[in-house]
Amino acid sequence: MGEIKKCQVLIIGAGPGGYVAAIRAGQLGLNTIIIEGDKAGGTCLIRGCIPSKAIIHAAERFESLKEHAKENGHMGLKINSEPEIDMAALVSWKDGIVNRLNKGVEALLTAAGVEILHGWAKFSGPKNCTVTGENQSIEIEAENVIIATGSSHIDLPFMPCDEDNIISSTGALDLQKLPKKIAIVGGGYIGVELGCAFAKLGSKVSIVEGMDSILGIFDRELRRPLEIWLKKHGVEVFTKSLAKSATIKGKGSGKKVDLTFEKEGEEITLKVDKVLVTVGRKANIDNCGIENTGIRLDSSGRFIRIDRQCRTNIPGVYAIGDVSGEPMLAHRASAQGEMVAEIIAGHNRDFDKVAIPAIVFTEPEIVSVGLLPDEAKDLGEEIIMGKFPLAANGRALTLEAEKTGGFIRVIARKSDNVILGIQAVGSHVAELHGEFILALEMGALLEDIASTVHAHPTMAEAFHEGVLKTLGHAIHAS
Amino acid sequence: MVKHDFKLPDIGEGVVEGEIVDWHVSVGDSVSEDDPIVDVMTDKATVTIPSPVSGVVTSLSGDIGDMVAVGSVLVQFDGEVSEVINEISDGIDEQVLEETIEEKNTEATESVIPAIEESKITESVEVSKESISKKPEVNDLMPLNGRILASPAVRRRAREAGIQLDSVRGSGPAGRVRHADLDTYIAVGGTIAGAVPTSYSAKRTDVTEVKVVGLRRKIAEQMVKSSNTIPHFSYFEEVDVTQLEKLRQLLNSTKDESQVKLTYLPFIMLALSKIMPDHPECNALFYDDEGVVNRHSAVHLGIATQTERGLYVPVVKHVETMDIWNAASELLRVANSAREGSASLDDLTGSTFTITSLGREGGLGATPIINYPEVAILGVLKAREMPVVESGNIVVRRIMNLSSSFDHRVVDGADGARLIQHLKMMLENPALIFIR
Repeated sequence: MGEIKKCQVLIIGAGPGGYVAAIRAGQLGLNTIIIEGDKAGGTCLIRGCIPSKAIIHAAERFESLKEHAKENGHMGLKINSEPEIDMAALVSWKDGIVNRLNKGVEALLTAAGVEILHGWAKFSGPKNCTVTGENQSIEIEAENVIIATGSSHIDLPFMPCDEDNIISSTGALDLQKLPKKIAIVGGGYIGVELGCAFAKLGSKVSIVEGMDSILGIFDRELRRPLEIWLKKHGVEVFTKSLAKSATIKGKGSGKKVDLTFEKEGEEITLKVDKVLVTVGRKANIDNCGIENTGIRLDSSGRFIRIDRQCRTNIPGVYAIGDVSGEPMLAHRASAQGEMVAEIIAGHNRDFDKVAIPAIVFTEPEIVSVGLLPDEAKDLGEEIIMGKFPLAANGRALTLEAEKTGGFIRVIARKSDNVILGIQAVGSHVAELHGEFILALEMGALLEDIASTVHAHPTMAEAFHEGVLKTLGHAIHAS
Repeated sequence: MVKHDFKLPDIGEGVVEGEIVDWHVSVGDSVSEDDPIVDVMTDKATVTIPSPVSGVVTSLSGDIGDMVAVGSVLVQFDGEVSEVINEISDGIDEQVLEETIEEKNTEATESVIPAIEESKITESVEVSKESISKKPEVNDLMPLNGRILASPAVRRRAREAGIQLDSVRGSGPAGRVRHADLDTYIAVGGTIAGAVPTSYSAKRTDVTEVKVVGLRRKIAEQMVKSSNTIPHFSYFEEVDVTQLEKLRQLLNSTKDESQVKLTYLPFIMLALSKIMPDHPECNALFYDDEGVVNRHSAVHLGIATQTERGLYVPVVKHVETMDIWNAASELLRVANSAREGSASLDDLTGSTFTITSLGREGGLGATPIINYPEVAILGVLKAREMPVVESGNIVVRRIMNLSSSFDHRVVDGADGARLIQHLKMMLENPALIFIR
């Protein structure tokens, strides 16, 4: 047996949940160790949020260059040759961003006095684990444990990812060559975000979704501008379609895939270069000895069961982030991580958030905070609602953000005008969400926003107007 | 049906046993998972332990008042193991304490996971919808309907002060709770439920057996220990607080809204903190089995506080660092947290001298029992107008009686008397409290 280390806080996984928990624990003077099997930053930073946003941004840039390369140019700006894509260079630009952030996270951990161990953790008891690294094995005994092991891609058993022709989102962010045709199985936010990016880069994209619409988390009104964009950009969407098989044909770089799926009793086969599978993510609860801890899972058996303070059933053992269930979002994990570190340091904390914002970086972007209209009604609320189109916002026109048919929608309780939910669809609306979520957390009334001066000319004015619309007196719309 | 033994879980660091203070179930009861089954009191806290399974209770081990060791079997159930997995409610609010490693649980978990993996496989593409479109779990968030409106900062402050936001009246728009509302709530000491009146017209013959358990038993033990080991000597004095009363009225009529209303206690606390350096033998802890007295320079005043659960002595720490307003608000805070049961261990330990306020109901004197291992205690009685002879004339003065007890083993009578006389001088000339 090698070394036995003791610490006050042991964190398994250095993703956005774990590394934030570790930094906060370090700030609070707790003796903290964080274990990471891959690179600090987790799915979010290494193969999720950040790299996908880099690719999405590049795709957007490429699409606008193509506009300017048209015969008559665009906005009076014209370039004389077609823009070209060097996929390998694009991926390496993306990798540069990822590496910079990865190093930044490690530096922040070190600055906070956190010890980083590289290797895979396996529990032998609720607060004991062995970390196996490249050439060492370390036993750790901790007073408190934070499980932040995250989630991973779910494979379809009849067409497992080989990351060559059948790829996961990880593979999709590392392609060295742009596929001419790509089929995406699973029309959730990951699939559709990447689908939009590939379509902008010039791939022929098809989406195969089992349910009767893509992005089923949102209502029809919110999805509509996206569905129109997909249609205009030649993205085929097959709903109520179940993937059946994928057959790889050909050899070497000429390999193709036949993807077969069943749509309402009819079998359809698509011939594509790549199949991207994005049918969901599963909590990483296997392979780390969870069964040796006595930790209980939730009713679905898929996630670790936690309470409002992220405590598991074992005193002193916490779970945060994707491993603790939906919504599997980096910012939820980070907020939980920060809270748990403070709880361990003896602060009285509770995950009392009013809402967790959700943003989908499709074209157009979709933002939702708080309740959707139907959710509010299901909770017995009598609501009032107003919608303000981006086409009536000056700044949106100068950014061409109105072209995707976006709007901002505000939902409030009829009796006292308390804001219950805010949604936005449109180009560049993601960055507006900060004010939305602040309004919810502060318990804002429509009047609070209506009485706040919003700078002109900005897209944030559209939120102000959306609120006025809900109150029945928008200035720039009737 | 599977038999399930439920053992007393490890309920906190260093806790090896606990006392059963209340059963919430009886043999034959059907319980659902997370239903409370038993209250167990340890040195540190009373914990309500929820059921880890759904099933029927087949036996209970231990009566109220019994001590049970961590790891010993408390309850046996006939339970459905499948329910262990399936009927878990998502809305758990409190820590679910259960056995750390329960074999059956683990087995059940193992047998269910593969089943779920298989179902994932057959569902294939539907998985996407299910996993991605699932709404955020409600238990993470404050429900938007019927929730208390308050900013995150107000919510945090309320939580740290142990205040339930739904008991605070919000004065903001739509009932939003603001910082000022919390200030008001704290200043008036929250709401305290009145006692339920009982009927007394009929002849009374009932005898109620009250088990002396839990906090009551601890109080009993502590009192016996103090009374049996400490030779108490008591000393009484009356203090003319006419001037102090004028000062108190003046301060109360000119204070700003954020300041707490002053009673006599903060003045007495402050006076004690000023004079204790001259009476180090009285601000001390006597560890008689070691034959050592620790004289403290810090003045940590225990405040005997009557609560619905019995006597608590929350502590105002380092009174020597405080001004009158700090002392008053800290006094209010610790007393309220003791009453509400939200006092931390730190709030309840560490006193070097105790004050017991006997004043509210009147009375002339008392012989307070020392808060062992302290060596002195001060009882404060109700101030009232009294005829006093001054230069041959009878005048009306405001008089407060003090009753004190000292540990005669380590505090001589003259020293005890000196402390009280010194305190009397300070209180009769209240400017002194603010000078030194």
